[in-house]
Parts: sequence; C-alpha cells; structure tokens
Amino acid sequence: MAAKTMLEKIWGRHVVAEEEGELLLYVDRTLIHEGSSHAFAVLDQRQRKVARPRQVFAHADHYVPTTGRDRGVEGIGNIEIRNMVKLLHANASKHGVTLFGIDDPRQGILHIVPPEQGITQPGLLIVGADSHTSTHGAFGSLAFGAGASEVMHVMATQQLWQRKPATLRISVGGTLGFGISAKDVILAIIARIGVDGGAGHVIEYVGMAITGLSMEGRMTVCNMSIEAGARAGMIAPDETTFAYMAGRPYAPKGADWTRALEFWKTLPTDPGAAFDNEVSLDGGAIAPMVTWGTNPEQAGPVTGQVPDVRNVGDKNRRAEYEAALDYMGLKSGMPLQDIKVDRVFIGSCTNSRIEDLRAAAEVARLGKAIVPAWVVPGSGTVKVQAEKEGLDQIFLAAGFEWRAPGCSLCTAINGDQLKPGERCASTSNRNFRGRQGTGGRTHLVSPAMAAAAALKGRLTDVRELLRS
Amino acid sequence: MQPFTKLTAIAVPIDEPNVDTNQLCPTRFNKVPRGPKHRDILFHDRRFNADGSEKEHLLNVEPFKRAQIIVADRNWGGGSSRESAVYALYEFGIRCVIAPSFADIHSNNCAKNGLLTVVLPDAECAAIRKQLREKPGATIDVDLAAQTVTDAQRQVHRFDIHPVRKKCLLEGLDDIARTAQYNDRFEAFEAAYKKGRPWLYEAGKP
Repeated sequence: MAAKTMLEKIWGRHVVAEEEGELLLYVDRTLIHEGSSHAFAVLDQRQRKVARPRQVFAHADHYVPTTGRDRGVEGIGNIEIRNMVKLLHANASKHGVTLFGIDDPRQGILHIVPPEQGITQPGLLIVGADSHTSTHGAFGSLAFGAGASEVMHVMATQQLWQRKPATLRISVGGTLGFGISAKDVILAIIARIGVDGGAGHVIEYVGMAITGLSMEGRMTVCNMSIEAGARAGMIAPDETTFAYMAGRPYAPKGADWTRALEFWKTLPTDPGAAFDNEVSLDGGAIAPMVTWGTNPEQAGPVTGQVPDVRNVGDKNRRAEYEAALDYMGLKSGMPLQDIKVDRVFIGSCTNSRIEDLRAAAEVARLGKAIVPAWVVPGSGTVKVQAEKEGLDQIFLAAGFEWRAPGCSLCTAINGDQLKPGERCASTSNRNFRGRQGTGGRTHLVSPAMAAAAALKGRLTDVRELLRS
Repeated sequence: MQPFTKLTAIAVPIDEPNVDTNQLCPTRFNKVPRGPKHRDILFHDRRFNADGSEKEHLLNVEPFKRAQIIVADRNWGGGSSRESAVYALYEFGIRCVIAPSFADIHSNNCAKNGLLTVVLPDAECAAIRKQLREKPGATIDVDLAAQTVTDAQRQVHRFDIHPVRKKCLLEGLDDIARTAQYNDRFEAFEAAYKKGRPWLYEAGKP
C-alpha cells in the first residue's frame, strides 16, 4: 500500500461522493458563534433544519463583553451587541444544537472550548464558522474555516463540497531557545513563507521543535496557519495529544478509549509519504518575533529593525512597505525596541490558554505595567484554572486588568477596541489595518513578549527581562 | 443564486496586494443583515471618515462608482472567513474580481454568491490595471463559458476555472440541490461511518 500523509488518511475516510474532482465530505463537528446568524438566516429562509444538531457546537464569544458579566446577557449595554448574543442563544435552542452560552461556566472562544471539552479529537473533520478553525488541526484532525453559505450547507446536510488541497510539510528542527514560544515559531514561519505561502495547501508541521510543544503551543501554531493563507494546519497526534485528551468530558472512556487510541495511532503520516511542497526552519535560530506592518508576514526578530525602505529593491514591495509604515506611524529603519506602545492585550484564540497566561504571569511578576494591559482568558475553564494557580493575583498586583472570557480586543466587536492611532502589543493573530478598532495599530507578539511590553511601555526583548 | 454568464462592465483597478476581508468589510459591520447597507460597507474605513464624509477613494468617484469588475493585485481576500465581505462587494455592484491569486475561503465565498473570481498572471493583471488608470471608465468583457477576459485594449486573456465551479456559476446552481442527489449515499455512508464510534455521537453526552 502506498505511503499516505495524515491529510490523505483523514480525507479518504470522509468522502461521500465525487463530481469531477469536487468531493462531498462528511463533517464530524461544526463550530459556530454569534456571527453565524447569517447562516441561520438562510437556513430559516429555506425552511431547513440542522441535520445533525448533536454535531454542532455554538459559542458565545465574539460579541460577549469582558467586564460586568454578572448580569449575563441582559447586562450587555449596547443593544445591537446584546441582540447578537441573544440571537445565538435563540438559534441554538430552536435548532437543538449544543450551546456554550454567555452564562455557561465553560463559555469561551470556539477554538479554546472544544479542545478543552474533548470535542476536538484526532481524525475528525471539523468545519468552523471562523478562519481560525485551523487551530483544531493540532490534534491531528482536519479542521478549517468557512463562510456563511458553506456553514449553512454543513448545518443543513452535515456535508461539504471541497477540492482536495495540496500538501505542504513544514519542518522545524532543533530546540527552541530560552524565552521562545510557539507564537514566535509561527510568526517566523509566516515571515518566511508569506501570507499566501500556504495558499491552496494543508500544512503539516513536523520536527523536534514542534513535537516538543505542549498541546497549547501546537494549537497556537496551527491557529495561525490561516495567516499563511493555508486551508488548514495539522500536527500528528502522539503521547502528548493522548495525555491531553484523557478524561476530557467528551473524550471516549473505558473500552471506547482503547478503541479510539488504536485508531488515533494509525493517523500519522506514513514514512516516505510524499508532500507537494516542503519547507524547513531551524527552531534553534528563532528569536522573539514582532510584527511591524499591517499583515502577519511583516515581522522580524525583536532585536532587529523596521525595514529600511531605501534598501528594498523591488518597487512594488517598497510601496507596500511604505504604506504599511505610514499606517503604523513608524520610521523606516528604526529599531523595533524603540517602538512605544499605548496598550497591551493578552488573549484571543491564538494565545489565551493556561500555558499562555502562565508565561505572561512569569514576566508580569517582575514589575509593574506602565501602560494599560488586559488579560482575557480564552474560556471560563482557563479563567478558573488561572485563578486556582494565583495567576490573576500576579496580574492584578502588576497592574494588569483581569477580565472575563471572549474574543475581546482581537476581533474588537464586543465594545473592546483601540482608539484611532492607538498602538497595541497584542497576542492575537491579525495586525490588519483597523482589526483592533478603526485606526488602531497592532504589533503581534507572544504572551511573554506582550507582558514585557506592558512593563517597559515599548516593544522589548523578553529574554533580557527574564535573565535580569 | 444569480447565474454568471457574461459581463461587460466598468472595471476599477486596485493596486494593493493582500487586501484582507477586514478592509472589504470592517468587523463591526459583520452583524448587519445582508442588504443595501452593504453598498457603503465595502472598503468602508478607506472610503469614509468617522463623521461619514467621504475620503479620497476610487470607489467614491465617477466612473468607478459604477464599476462591476475589480482588477486587483495578488492574494485578494485573505484573513477572516466573513461572507459579509462578499455581501459588500455584491451590493456595491461587483460581479467579478480579477487578480493574480485569491485567498481560498474568500474565493469559495464569492463562488457561493454568484461572484466570479478570475485568476490571471501577475503581469497581465498589472497591465490591465495600468490601462484602467490611463482610461478611467474603460470596460472589460468577461465571458465565463469561453473562459476569457477581454481587456480595455481588446486583448483577450484566457483563464482556468474548475469545471464544477464553472457549471454552478453558469447555471446559478446551488450546493444544497447538488448535495440532495446523494442523499441515499449519505445515509449509507453515515451508518457505516458511525458504527463502532459511539463516543462521537451517542445521545446523552455532557
């Protein structure tokens, strides 16, 4: 039998039908949020029901406020925002899908809650109403985002038409250096291959620097696969994965666990399987990364400078850099560590898991925030765990704000947003113009780097702080 | 879905690469139900000041206000999977975007709404954008059946498109109807697939 990639194995198990190279795939899990109102609207218009409600999981995350949550949905001051949360609750109840609503103690971001609950499992095909659904590939599942029409189709039929993507293997060898996290790895990858470097591909991440990551770190890497334009990102399940899965509420138990484990162990790519493209990086050479521009490929090591546009030979690229620096209010060639920030955001589906908060707290305990700094846990479960570990007290003592779970300042539609011109060191995933609020300026960094920026009021090399 | 067959229309050049869906529809407009409001949502924060007054932008001026085709640069539509970006394009009147490359999800979203995305080589897109800047209001012809774009200088560019996407656009076919043809297969597939995997689907899970 020919050697197969993990993608081929998972893909092959889900094909219901084929039409001239388009395949109708069976979907195991569908993840939705308040923004899925468009999909429900079309479903209603067509008088369709959700085909397999037990396989659809709804999350109140994009629009929920991160303060004043004691009054629940009625406590949301802005009526349009309140209605979005209410609409999700109403649609979930009407269609009988599982809801992690605003009052649920497990409530949180749709890419944080399903792994925590064991809903995300190896070998599954997961479709989400959000591009960062690629996160779930960290478990060895095929997971990708889709727009409202496709999500509506999945809800109506539990299937989706897709063309088979190409495969890209990214190998990160070596051992990550002191103070380097999964966020730095994925930012380094995107800086290398570009925001469209993964277009049309599913990425499989391999190598020691990847397998050495915890599940939290692997999720951070897979999460930002979409920022490289990839359809999805995945990492082979291994002992780290199985240890994480064991005992989760939706994970198999007893004899089912044994059977599941047997299946999961068949998923990794066979030796000798061919990929369409390959890229490799030395994990040991990765420095703490920061973005300076208006997309995630415009990034470099914190020890470096903003590009000097005079040295950019290609005139289109020069124009692109000039436009980015103009929006960002930065001088060509300036040291990245001279960039002062107005605010800090630690949160989002990229970096709001327990390990992220531990890394940020380790830095926060070294000083006091001199700019407003927010910590927004990814879920109620993360929040409770962090409080059990006393992380909230460390943040509060260092002058950080400890808030309630949600997407918050990453999507900036729940009322949390930057003012025009404000500059934020952020652990989120997109530094697009206006992403964190109209006119806002975003520098993407790791949780430790974000905490360091809060203490210094500028972008700074967290390794120096940790060593001192 | 409205079919897409042929189109002769004013085209607007957008020279910027990596135009993400946040630009096409800023996130705060995602909650707006699909409708005519989306016309002004397209590139909103590039086109309008906070007080609603117009900024300098090609889409705010004649003849480009009437454009139905965008000729763009590489990696159009990256980032968020929001379909509201397509609603904004559609309500503005855009029926076709021509670019050297598209982000996968956005390109799918366009197709599901009857909006054609055409991939032409970088140099050809750049040449067409130059024609359009030099002759504002020039029209372009797009013929999906023939898989051709005829530019402002009447030069013909052939493009590739997946046969299924082409058929769906030409006939205005919708996925739900296509999928329904396979209902029997779906039932059989699902029964076999779920066998022996009760932990995934059994009732009464937490």
